[in-house]
Amino acid sequence: MAENVSQDEGKTLSHLWRNKESRAVIIQIVTLVVILIFIGLILRNISINLKAIGKDFNFDFLFIPAGYDITFQPILDYSPEDNHLWAGVIGIVNTLLVAISGIILATILGFTLGVLRLSSNWLINKMSYVFLEFTRNVPLLLHILFVHAIITHTLPIPKNAISLNDTFFLTNRAIYLPEPIFESGFWLTAVAFFAAIVFIYYFKIWAKKTQDETGQIYPVFWISVAALFGAPIIIFLVSGSPLSWGIPVLKGFNFKGGLAIRPEFIALWLALSYYTATYIAEIVRGGILAISYGQTEAASALGLRKNRVLQLILIPQTLRIIIPPLTSQYLNLTKNSSLAIAIGYMDVVATIGGISLMQTGKEVETMLIVLLTYLFFSLLISAIMNFFNRKIRFKER
Amino acid sequence: MTEVQTDQNQVRSSREDDDIIQIKEMHKWYGEFHVLKNINLSVKKGERIVICGPSGSGKSTLIRCINRLEEHQKGKIIVDGIELTGDLKHIELIRKEVGMVFQHFNLFPHLTNLENCALAPIWVRKMPRKEAEEIGMNFLERVKIPEQARKFPGQLSGGQQQRVAIARSLCMNPKIMLFDEPTSALDPEMIAEVLDVMVELAEEGMTMLCVTHEMGFAKRVADSVIFMDGGEVIESNEPNEFFNNPKSDRTKLFLSQILAH
Ligand SMILES: Nc1ncnc2c1ncn2[C@@H]1O[C@H](COP(=O)(O)OP(=O)(O)O)[C@@H](O)[C@H]1O
Ligand SMILES: [Mg+2]
Repeated sequence: MAENVSQDEGKTLSHLWRNKESRAVIIQIVTLVVILIFIGLILRNISINLKAIGKDFNFDFLFIPAGYDITFQPILDYSPEDNHLWAGVIGIVNTLLVAISGIILATILGFTLGVLRLSSNWLINKMSYVFLEFTRNVPLLLHILFVHAIITHTLPIPKNAISLNDTFFLTNRAIYLPEPIFESGFWLTAVAFFAAIVFIYYFKIWAKKTQDETGQIYPVFWISVAALFGAPIIIFLVSGSPLSWGIPVLKGFNFKGGLAIRPEFIALWLALSYYTATYIAEIVRGGILAISYGQTEAASALGLRKNRVLQLILIPQTLRIIIPPLTSQYLNLTKNSSLAIAIGYMDVVATIGGISLMQTGKEVETMLIVLLTYLFFSLLISAIMNFFNRKIRFKER
Repeated sequence: MTEVQTDQNQVRSSREDDDIIQIKEMHKWYGEFHVLKNINLSVKKGERIVICGPSGSGKSTLIRCINRLEEHQKGKIIVDGIELTGDLKHIELIRKEVGMVFQHFNLFPHLTNLENCALAPIWVRKMPRKEAEEIGMNFLERVKIPEQARKFPGQLSGGQQQRVAIARSLCMNPKIMLFDEPTSALDPEMIAEVLDVMVELAEEGMTMLCVTHEMGFAKRVADSVIFMDGGEVIESNEPNEFFNNPKSDRTKLFLSQILAH
């Protein structure tokens, strides 16, 4: 009897090994164990070495005053009396700010350039080609330094600011824009905007259901556009335009009031955007070219209009091709924003991973924070893009 | 009896709109290249026409002009009483009436076979989805692959894909079907299944213009065979005469070449 059992066990084990799925699981478990042991060894090594030089591993330093200045803090307020934790938060916000605005601009530029590259106009085609090749073959760091130098060396000091209509001022200290000042009733407009989004969401579902049942086709796109812009604008006007602009004015050596955008931010933002846009342009171009012209012809021959061919045939297929590589460009842009340190833009690397590190000597802890920040942003971007990807896939079924 | 017939013929020829397709003195250029030269062709309702000729002779271009996938520069094309001009309304009306089957199928890979079929009825004919899918199923049954409805085109063999493409066109209930070498991209063993579907369609009285080198098909269903070369119609005749008694030397040469294989 006992012999029987052990024989069975032997059988199941070898059976598990031969079975494709269970073998994959076994291999994964073994790999995981090996990796964990490896990480454990490194951590042990680090803590022993830290002890040897008299350092310990903790995050207490986060709560002592940072003592250094952060030049760019457009959203949250910070002063040198605040602690390292808060300085880090400001840095993270700055990283996020340049990454998000970079992704938006890079996407717009990239799609435009990608379409221009397909133009049959010789001049447009060649010019965009030359721009793309030139940009991509120069390291990003040089682009950042280049744009930064242009801004700081060619723009005048605030006293001699280049004024555009006395509302925008270009100087080497910053670019000053009018600042929106929201008055008491503005929340109504904001509510109208979000209500429009909710309306569009349900209107789309309703329009699809109605079309499925009756065949009636509504101009969903135009109604959505009208709702998105019309509703907030009407409410804004009806509630007495509760928004004014704070115009920057020169006081002494500098401008007061308005929004000041620092050259570091502009240089980093522009350089990251157009550099990444060149890669996005190639992705978009490839995505469009990958769909044979036969698709358009077959759809047209069935009587579909141009806009429907785009909506039903070309866009779904193009998106499916371009979303995965687009995701990796967004990740690249986010990670490349760490080059900020070269021009003194105070991102997460420059604050917690730079000055805080040097002041406190907490290399491991600060680097861990920086590392986890990027990891978190990267995973977030991947998750969002995967969500979109799944959404298009789902629609296809 | 003879009198009545001549009478009818007179009515026919005087009522030109009895021809569902009329092409008169039509020319087309690609830039400098004169690809179609003085094409005259009329097709009656229910007529089956096979177009053949060497590669590059302008066969595809000719039938693509009929649904305005290509634009002609001179002459007239009138389809079902509507003249093809730049007028988008006319183009739209004609495309609703004219189905087209391509050499490389051109199915939409991101849609299931049934969705491929139902797409145009839903978005062009504005049908409820259920009705459109019933029509789609109906035609997938007619081309004998209803069991593939929920699969994607990429999961089918070439012959099956071409049959889905035919079903997709038929779902729009066209008056005319254009075929551009529908079997040229198929492995030999799949040609028959597609030709069978086309023969059935011909027997049901569909008006068909078919670019093909399948001479067996031409002999079996064609009312007339047109031979093109260098952008011109060289010869047009009913199939028996065309194959047994070709008039022009170019036709003879072409026939000897394709029959040699
Ligand atoms: N878009 C185009 N631009 C320029 N020339 C073309 C184009 N399409 C076809 N042609 C030329 O027109 C001629 C006729 O082509 P086509 O109608 O496709 O011939 P067939 O179908 O008989 O093989 C060929 O010489 C071909 O090279
Ligand atoms: Mg051809």
